[in-house]
Amino acid sequence: MDFKLTAEQEAKKKEYDDFFREEMKKAPPIYLHGSSLEAFYASEEGWAFNEYMKKKLAEKGWATMAWPKEYGGQDAPLWQQLLFGESMAYHRAPGIDGFGNRMFGPTVMLYATEEQKKRILPPIARGEVQYCQGWSEPNAGSDLASLRTTAIRSGDYYVVNGQKTWTTGAHRADHMFMLARTDPQSKRNAGLSVFNVDMKLPGIEVRPIKYMDGAHIYNEVWLTDTKIHENERIGPEGEGWKLTRDTMNFERSGAGAFVHILRDLGDVVEYAKKTKRNGRLLSEDPLVRQKIARIYTDCQAGRTLAYKIAWLQEKGNLRFSPAAASESKVFSTELRQRLANVLLEMAGPFGQVEDGPWAPLGGGMIDTYQTCIGSNICAGSNEIQRNIIAWVGVGLPRFK
Amino acid sequence: MDLDFTSEQGILRDSAARFLANECPYDRVKQLEETAEGYDPALWQKVAELGWTGLPFPEEYGGYGSTFLDLVIIEEQIGKFVFPSPFFSTVVQCGFAILEGGTEEQKADLLARISEGSLIMALAHYDEDGSFAPELINMTAKPEGEGYVLNGTKCIVMDANIAHKLLVAAKAGNAGLSLFIVDTDAPGLTVTKIPTVGKDNTCVVEFKNVKVPKEAILGTPGNGVAVLEKMYAKAAVCRCAEMVGGCKVSIDMTADYAKQREQYGRPIGGYQAIQHYMANMLLAYDTSSNYLYRVACLVDEGQDFAIEAAALKAHVNQNFRFITERAVQIHGAIGTTREADIALFYRRVFTYEPSCGDTEYHYEKVAQNLLKGGAQLY
Repeated sequence: MDFKLTAEQEAKKKEYDDFFREEMKKAPPIYLHGSSLEAFYASEEGWAFNEYMKKKLAEKGWATMAWPKEYGGQDAPLWQQLLFGESMAYHRAPGIDGFGNRMFGPTVMLYATEEQKKRILPPIARGEVQYCQGWSEPNAGSDLASLRTTAIRSGDYYVVNGQKTWTTGAHRADHMFMLARTDPQSKRNAGLSVFNVDMKLPGIEVRPIKYMDGAHIYNEVWLTDTKIHENERIGPEGEGWKLTRDTMNFERSGAGAFVHILRDLGDVVEYAKKTKRNGRLLSEDPLVRQKIARIYTDCQAGRTLAYKIAWLQEKGNLRFSPAAASESKVFSTELRQRLANVLLEMAGPFGQVEDGPWAPLGGGMIDTYQTCIGSNICAGSNEIQRNIIAWVGVGLPRFK
Repeated sequence: MDLDFTSEQGILRDSAARFLANECPYDRVKQLEETAEGYDPALWQKVAELGWTGLPFPEEYGGYGSTFLDLVIIEEQIGKFVFPSPFFSTVVQCGFAILEGGTEEQKADLLARISEGSLIMALAHYDEDGSFAPELINMTAKPEGEGYVLNGTKCIVMDANIAHKLLVAAKAGNAGLSLFIVDTDAPGLTVTKIPTVGKDNTCVVEFKNVKVPKEAILGTPGNGVAVLEKMYAKAAVCRCAEMVGGCKVSIDMTADYAKQREQYGRPIGGYQAIQHYMANMLLAYDTSSNYLYRVACLVDEGQDFAIEAAALKAHVNQNFRFITERAVQIHGAIGTTREADIALFYRRVFTYEPSCGDTEYHYEKVAQNLLKGGAQLY
């Protein structure tokens, strides 16, 4: 056992760092402090920079480096993606469409026809398209299998009716991968199918859901008599749940999250070193010292867990990695929330200030405070993740 | 990067587990807890024959020159079986202190005898105020003639009641903190075992005009703080390995129990309240064990590991407490009995927590490093 990077790995890491350090000099200020979701989706200049970076990363072949060469990837080992993810997170860089690259793309590779693979995958690899995820519905959140959107076959087409919600970035997306009920008589996870939906099709309407801070990140997506060609159905009709289970596991690998938190912790430490409260520097307060030390420690411990997940995925150990990936999701999202709380407690009455000269760290942490609670809920709530850890990791029984 | 154990490491782990399961099952542990010696001398000899007692020491001093990770693997098994023995005090604490600070003669003599299992040693660290930081130790050995005279009380000395020699932390006159090698049968030295939650060999040692020659000092006078800090960085990782082993067993035992124990006609492990406790326990174990191996690898790679060792100890301290406490809770009333094995781990929380520095002590070290800008943030 050893955790050491090889010379080749060190060289890759340096290449990524040099690239991101240079490119991020061009980033609009929202990327310096704000949460990445807000920077991507909510502001026009933030989105424009994301699109610029998407092209850059695609030119380098980095966005889909772990994909096979034939679909626009580089066949890169997972450790390389891990190092890339860490570097990107540390530099707070955008430019990856996680929905297309990390979720839908791998699902397409596993289940789609050759024609579909050749049509769908290269534009993702080239950074030309943006995807969103059409899963949740008003009455189907954690209990996704209870969804009601129907896709009824009519000749070569499916006619879709229903409502998707909490659709992150739907207003920026060209396509949506959607789970819908192709057998209207079916219940639960039977009779579902996966579709690749062009967002410009007639009958699709995107309505914004303002987040608690006013930012436009999430949406409702209404589908009314939308006709989708059968060529856009991925995998066999009625097998959508099986595909979706795999898509979920791609979603949760999430390396880089701990390094992102470490970067923010560095800012918090600087704030503590130069900010006086109660007659002394915050950095001289023993309670503050304990709190920041704990965040650092948990980041480093969480990071080794993320490495282990990459290692196990690389070796194809699928039984362990779904539970470990859930552990990483729970730990990193809740750690991010704890970091925000630490800074906001330190900041005293200024913690609440969102912007301007009185806002600590440019308002980044009060922003994180608001968005991080969403991360605990999205992509499988942390309660659902804990169920998975208990069932798959601990082996506890699942009541039906 | 290779995050799997080698096949040799796997064999070491499995054979250690088999040995302890056969030779010292939990019933035997509880028997030994009731004895004055607190360990089994015959079993200690077998441990020495297996080579565990010489594991981390170079071959030139009679050891086996194994990697630090090998020691961590053994310590993890010792922690799983809560093996009552002077392994930690003798091999880890005194062994590493001697290796770090001893003269060539001292290393050749003492480490060889520790390796062969014939010498048991104990570290007399805490003054009566129980401060851990080595620079706060106040006991002073007064120079007299060609040697020193020791007076005072050392507290929470592990295994002093069965040790042949002590390493006593005291200032050598004006020369600063030093470690004195003192025979436990020296005139004026008394050892008293005191009752503890771990039912282990915790002692108080009193010194009344105990005379030692100047050769009793380990290495150079005044090297005590440096030697203790170097030793404790490694010892803390070893303690973490014991705790990580204990975490693993606690989770396995509790998962088995939760699958078997039925209430309302179903195994309690199917209820979400229990599942979420156990999900948090597994998460706490997985971050702890992976971090443990990473820090152990840093030691073997010859990198500076002191801060990561401090962070690890703080992390594992909290997770050991959390996991063992939830484990008893999930076992319900049966978990609170003397008969139940799960309480062996719960009881050791406050044995391990202060050992080699408590959580606050280590977080403060991590904070100092963060604030001086020395932390590896990426």
